[in-house]
Formats: sequence, structure tokens, C-alpha cells
Amino acid sequence: MDDVNPAPMTHTVPLLSLAIWVPILFGLGVLATGGDRNASEQRWLALAGAVTGFLVTIPLWLNFDLGTAEMQFVEFTPWIAQFNVNYHLGVDGISMLFVLLNSFITVLVVVAGWSVIDTRVAQYMGAFLIMSGLLNGVFAALDAVLFYVFFEGTLIPMFIIIGVWGGPNRVYAAVKFFLYTLMGSLLMLVALLYLYGKSGGSFAILDWHALPLPLGVQILLFFGLLLAFAVKVPMWPVHTWLPDAHTEAPTGGSVVLAAILLKLGAYGFVRFTLPILPDASRELAWLMISLSLVAVVYIGLVALVQTDMKKLIAYSSISHMGFVTLGFFVFNAYGVEGGLVQMISHGFVSAALFLCVGVLYDRMHSRMIADYGGVVNTMPKFASLMMLFAMANSGLPATSGFVGEFMVILGAMKANFWLAFAAATIMVFGAAYTLWMYKRVIFGAVANHHVRELKDLNGRELLVLGLLAAAVLAMGVYPLPFTEVMHASVNELLRHVAQPKI
Amino acid sequence: MKLPASWLDFLPALPEIVLLAGACGLMIFDLYAKKENRAGSVLFASLAVFAAALATLFVLFGSGGQLLYAFNGLFVADLMSHVLKLGAYLAVSLALVYSRQYMLDRGLLKGEFLTLLLFALLGMMVMMSANSFLTVYLGLELLSLCLYAMVALNRDSAASTEAAMKYFVLGALASGLLLYGMSMIYGATGTLAIHEVARQVANLATHATERTFLVFGLVFVVAGIAFKLGLVPFHMWIPDVYHGAPTAVTLVIGSAPKLAAFAMAMRLLVNGLLDLAADWQQMLVILSVLSMALGNLAAIAQSNLKRMLAYSTIAHMGFMLLGLLSGVVGGNWLNAADAYAAAMFYTLVYVLMSLGAFGMLLYLSSKGFECETLEDMKGLNRRNPWFAFIMLLAMFSLAGVPPTAGFYAKLSVLSAVVAAGQIWLAVVAVIFSLIGAFYYLRVVKLMYFDEPKDATPVEGDRDMRVLLSANGLALLAIGIVPQPLMWICYVSIRSL
Repeated sequence: MDDVNPAPMTHTVPLLSLAIWVPILFGLGVLATGGDRNASEQRWLALAGAVTGFLVTIPLWLNFDLGTAEMQFVEFTPWIAQFNVNYHLGVDGISMLFVLLNSFITVLVVVAGWSVIDTRVAQYMGAFLIMSGLLNGVFAALDAVLFYVFFEGTLIPMFIIIGVWGGPNRVYAAVKFFLYTLMGSLLMLVALLYLYGKSGGSFAILDWHALPLPLGVQILLFFGLLLAFAVKVPMWPVHTWLPDAHTEAPTGGSVVLAAILLKLGAYGFVRFTLPILPDASRELAWLMISLSLVAVVYIGLVALVQTDMKKLIAYSSISHMGFVTLGFFVFNAYGVEGGLVQMISHGFVSAALFLCVGVLYDRMHSRMIADYGGVVNTMPKFASLMMLFAMANSGLPATSGFVGEFMVILGAMKANFWLAFAAATIMVFGAAYTLWMYKRVIFGAVANHHVRELKDLNGRELLVLGLLAAAVLAMGVYPLPFTEVMHASVNELLRHVAQPKI
Repeated sequence: MKLPASWLDFLPALPEIVLLAGACGLMIFDLYAKKENRAGSVLFASLAVFAAALATLFVLFGSGGQLLYAFNGLFVADLMSHVLKLGAYLAVSLALVYSRQYMLDRGLLKGEFLTLLLFALLGMMVMMSANSFLTVYLGLELLSLCLYAMVALNRDSAASTEAAMKYFVLGALASGLLLYGMSMIYGATGTLAIHEVARQVANLATHATERTFLVFGLVFVVAGIAFKLGLVPFHMWIPDVYHGAPTAVTLVIGSAPKLAAFAMAMRLLVNGLLDLAADWQQMLVILSVLSMALGNLAAIAQSNLKRMLAYSTIAHMGFMLLGLLSGVVGGNWLNAADAYAAAMFYTLVYVLMSLGAFGMLLYLSSKGFECETLEDMKGLNRRNPWFAFIMLLAMFSLAGVPPTAGFYAKLSVLSAVVAAGQIWLAVVAVIFSLIGAFYYLRVVKLMYFDEPKDATPVEGDRDMRVLLSANGLALLAIGIVPQPLMWICYVSIRSL
């Protein structure tokens, strides 16, 4: 267990701490600026915070050592001595990209909310910046209590965001979101405390990776953790909070929810469940695979019949995340890496689709597919960008959506042909619901005079969607920079999972 | 410092002596002080508490934190009592500041309120330093009698007098139960001194007959403690008293006395009857689970915020018990210090949260307007974003959501329960705290998501604004750096 002790600090700049605290401090600064009189300054300050927060994460990628599965950029400071809890940060190939993704999405969210949000601007921007810092903390934490604090801490800003700036049924959605997530994580807390006791008083996640546990205990812990992560992913049948939360949240809230918050659950599986409970994971893989397939197939069908665009994309998210969990539980490199790539790709694509709906909603104040038709006639730039994202959502080659799905299907094929066959239906359903929605909204004759009066994208919207389009294409055409980061860590993870530790 | 030897006998009780002198002085001072706003009397009372705090620090550092006995062992000054006393001073000083404007507006800021408050504090201090059943009882009665009178202070209000009557009758019953239990234990051990009781119990616990006798007494002692903490099924007084008393008095009852009740439980159960732990722990399990269940479920149904917080107190005290009941596992007390320290940390944090929540009610009340229903919280974010944020911190802390202090309180207690191997109890506790989260969220929802009934900005006096802000931010600060307070609790339990 000695290898988990903090390596000598090679990087004198605490990059991960900066990634966490820069957005939080900027967020507090924005909150401190007071009421809506200074809205313009508040927006610029928030943008400065988001951009600085993103800039400090870039060196993480540039200085990342591809050759090792060890934790990098490690920071270690004792925090609560009574419980041996430490402020222990570090990233490996699995978590590093999510820190960047999150900081990137935060910039877009701030820009996207620029003129749309005109009441309580400071609180809106402040909540997003603080949440961004907390989310970076979740991905960087190597101490279970620290992880839990960040994991739960994200609930507070998201609760406020949905409840204050959300749609008509926002209170129901916000409370449902909060209680669902809290239910899962409280049981996780008990599981974490049990592991703390078993490991002789350590909350270090890496110590727990080496902890031998009998199968019965592993299975109980597996279910303790499963609920927390499954709610976040969300997996069928604990997914019902997501369509509500997505539909009611403001655009920025939906973007962060889909792009980042959902990844916390999947990340929990690779950071906690697989390495700490490898035997239970193998034992119960059938269950996870079944639940994932239900999500892929059944939720895909549910998405097909939605009349509300945001709901449709929300269900599509569940279906795509089912793909991620499927990839993790076939236990081979294609599956796990595919799952991770899919997580990042889904971060771009779902964020972009929610922003597209946001663009329409800001103009028409309706999310109903039936209210649209023939948008391409009045918004050609928008239509072409949305085309790209719709294609990416259905997994078209040369978009990021294809890479992850293809890898997961390859991984599933190695495990079992029929598994791959079932998984591949996502390609069919995904194309069906996304393109059908696209057709009804964008193509056809101009449906009504509201559509006729639509204005095409303004510069700011073009910038946001353009950046995402570039990311989607880049990852689709040349995914190597993303996958090479993961190789070492994923191989180490799989080697670890393959060893029984009963 | 050189003092005659007979003086040294009284030295450990210096804080009590100082406060007693202060309280008596206040009675006379108040007669001659200006009556309009009683600024002088409030200042006098605050200074008396401050002087007592200095005296406690003097004894603490003068003795180097070691155990000191006084009055032939009736009275003990140890680290735990010092820390709890300092907590009680803080709570009472905050109560003085928070309640001033409220009581003034209602014509209740009389010398009686201040004097009773100081005597109640004195009673708590005696309970914290008690080393004999007799001293425990004396302190308890001093505290309770002051509180009964304070609840009835607004004598023209039917609700207040009814609450005071209920409190008095039930309190008298509980005192009777406690005394009966103590007399049983006295009968078995032949002593009232807690350390002597502990020694006798260790000998007697192996004899079947004596053990039955002791456990019989123990049941009544536990019932007395459960009443003071407000645990189900001895909780009936809590909602009525919290609701009926003037909010400022509710703030007093809901804060510092919890520390005294915790001290009483520690003195009687841990210091005195640790060898019967196997018996009282089982009783506490039942009290704890019932309290968490009833407290959290009943709180959901409340539309009155004071009543809701009353049920939330019941639930929180049930949760705190989880620490007390997981000290001894199968006759081995390796984890005992951790478990009791967790319970102490929980109590201290709870007092801080409760001060913040009730303080906010006082802050939002004004002349002729009682802020006490959930409706009154509507749209607070529009009226005053800063104090909406402070209340948000208090609510999330009560719900136990990180990064607030309430989370670490729950974490440390749950960790003790899991270490004691009672996983099922931990699962029950988290399920009930999930249910509890709902009604705290509702308050946040009302403050942030709803429109205010009247959009007048909230103002209040400056001292209160500063201290209430500090109180709320302390919950966040303890949440970010919980180490010092946890360490203090751990060290003071270790010194027992």
C-alpha cells in the first residue's frame, strides 16, 4: 500500500487546486457584486472566471504523462486528522479529461446564458461557477470523504439553478432531483464508512483498491454504491428524475446536467465499484448489462414518442449512458475505453443539443416539436449546425458519437455476439428518434407565423455552437489524443479487475 | 499565583461563583437601570457571561486542563465541562443579542428575562460539572425552573401559559422519574458520588440480583435523560413548548440546554454506569430509532416553522444518541472515546445550527409580526439575499449536506455506528435523514423559488446582523475546516 503515498511533488503549481478553487472564488466574487444593477459587469466577471478556470486546466493535458497509470499532479494535505481524511487530489487517464471537459462546458454555459438570463444574474453565474469548481473536485478527489463532499456539494447549486430559473414545474423537478440523488448518496456514505473501518482507518480510495474483501461483503457494498451511481447515471429504473429535471431546468442547467453531472455516476463505477469490488462486479455483471440494455433499447423507444424536444434529448441521454455502463461491464479495453470516450462525446453532443433547443426556446418559448416546422427556411446556419449534432447523436462516422459507440460494440462483440447485436440497436433507435425530431422541427413547410419571424443565430450563439461542432468533429476524425490518454490507466484498471481479491 | 489552600477548594467553581454574583448583581442593577430599552441591563448580563467565560478560561489554563474537584467531590471541573460551558456561554450570549429587539418590541424585555436566563445558565453549568447525583439534580432543577418561568413570560398569551403548564407538569414528572431511578441506584450502591457509583457498579454488575436492581433504577434514569433531550416517547412537551413560548425563549430552550442534557447523559451513563452499557445502549437504540422516525415524519406535516424545528430537534437528538450508544461493543470500549466525541461534536454543531435557524426567525419578526409559519419565508431571497443565504446554510446544515458543519456531525456519528458494527442502524439513520432533508429543502424552496408576499426589505439592528451572519458562516467554516472542533471534542472526551 506504500505506493499510494504522495509522490514527491514534481509540479510546483497546484494545478488541480486551481482548477477547483479558481471557479469557486470567482463564483463567490460574482455573488458578492450584489443585485442586477451591475448585470453587465457580473457577466464579464463570470466569463473571466470561467475562462481562467479553463486555462488553468489546459496544462493538465499538456503535461500529462502518457506512460503511467499512476496518479498525476498529486496534492496531499492532512485535513481531518481524527478520521484520517486528507485533502488528496490527483488525476489519471480516466479522470483528467473530465476536468477539462467540465471547465470547457462552464465557459460555454456562461456565454450561453449571457443575454437569456436577465434576473438575478449574479446568482445564476455564481451558482454555475461554484458548481464547476465542485465538479472538478469530484473528478480530482482521491479521498473518499473529499469525493463525497464534492459529490454532494454539487446538489446545492443545481437545486437552486433548476428551482429559480427553471420552467413552470420547476419546484417539483428540483425537489425530485435533490431527493433522488441524496437517497443514493446517503447509502453510499454508509458503504464508504464500512470500507473505512475495514481498511483499518483509511479513506484513501487507492488504499481501498488493494483491500481484500469476501464476496458476500463485496456484493452488499456493490449495491450500496450502485444506488448512488445508478441514480446519477441514471440507469433504468431509477432514471425518472432526469426527464423532469432536464425539462424544467434552464438551458445552462440542462447542459451541465447532461454534459457533466451524469458523468459522475459513470465515473463512480470506474473509480470505486470496478477496482474496489472486482469480484462482485464480475459476479453481478449480468445485472448491470441487463439494466444497461434495458436503458439502451427501452428508453430508446420511449425517446421515439416524446413530443417535447428537451424530454426527447433527456431520454436519449439515458439511452446513451446505458451504453457507457454496458461498455464498463464487459471488462475489456475496447468496452471501457469506449465507455469513457462515449462519456466525453456525449458531454459535447448532449450539451450542443440542449443549447440548440435553448436557441429555439429563447425565440419561440416552446419546446414542443409540434410548434415547429420548416425552421431551415428562416435559420439556415442553425439548421446546419444542428444537423451535425443530430448526426453525432445518432452515431454517424466522423463524429465523436461514432467513436465511443463503435468501440463499445466491438467490446461487446468480444464478450458475446448477441450482446453486441442488442447494443447496436442504439444506432438504429438513436438515428430514428434524433433524425425524426430533426425532420419535424427543421424541414418541411414553414409551420406558422412564429417560425416565419425567427432570426438566425447571433454571433454569441454561433460561437458557442461552433466551438462544440469543432470539438465533435475533431474527436470524430482524430480520436487518438483522447484515447491515448486513457490507455495506461484503463489497462491498469482491467488488470486490477481481473485479479480476484476475495 | 499564591492563594490560601481553602481558596483553592473553590477555584474549580470560579465560573459558577462569578456568574452567580453577576446574576444577583443584575437583579439589583435592573431596579435602578433605565427602563426604556434596558440596554444597560442587557450589557450587564452580557458582561456577566463574559466574566464567567474568562473565569472558565482561567481555570482551564490555570489547571493545565487536568481534573479538579471541589466541594468534597460533588463538583468536578474537567476538560469536557469547560468546553461545554464555553459552548453554553456562546449560545447564551448569542441569545441575548438575538432576542433583544424581539423582546423589546413585545414589552417582554424585563429584568426577569435576563435574570432567569443567567440562572438557567448557572443551572446548566452545575449540570456540566456535576460529579454526584445530587449535583446533577440541583443543576437540572435550577435550569428547569428558570425555563418554566421563561416560557410563561408572556403571561397574557394563552399559548404561552398552556405551554408553560405542560412543560412544568411533564418536567416535574420527569424529575420524579429521574430521582426515583437515582434512589434505586443509591439503594444498590449506597453512594451518590458518581465515581463511587461507577466502582460499585463494576463490582455489583456480576451479581444477578443486584444487577436487576440497578437496571431497574437505570430505566428511570434513562427516562429522565430522554425527557431532557426530548426523545420519543418522552418528547410530548417539545412541539408545544417550542411553539407556545415566545420565539426568543424557544431559541434559549433549543440551544444551550441541549449541551447540559448531553453533559447529564455523559455524567450519569458514561461516568457512572458504564458497566451497564450493554443495558442502556439497547434502551438508547429504541429511543434513537423512534425519535428519528417520529421527528422526521411529523416535521413534514408542520406548517408552523417553530413546530417543524421542534420535531427536527427530536430527530436530531435521536441521531446524536447514535454516538452515545455505539461506545461499548461486546464489553470492549476501544471506540468509546471516538463515539462519545462524535456525539459531543454533533451536539455542539446542532446548537449552532439551532441558534442560526431560530435567530433567523427572530430577525424576520418585527413589531406586531411573528415570523413563524412556512409562508413567512416566501421569497426571502428577493427581500434579502444575504440572509436567505445564511438561512440556506442553516437548512442544508440541518439536512446534513456537505460542505456544511451538519454533514461532519452526521459523518462522525455514523462512523461510530459503523465502527460498532451496527450497519443496519446506520442505514435506518440515513433513510430517516433523507426523509428529513425534504422539509429543510421546502424552506429553501420557499425562500428561493417563491415570490414574497410583501416585498419590503428586511432590516434589523446591526449587532444582530453581524452575529447572525457570523453564526451562519461558522456553519460553513466548520464544514470546510472541521478539524479543530473535532479535535477539541476528542480531547475533552479523552480526559474523562
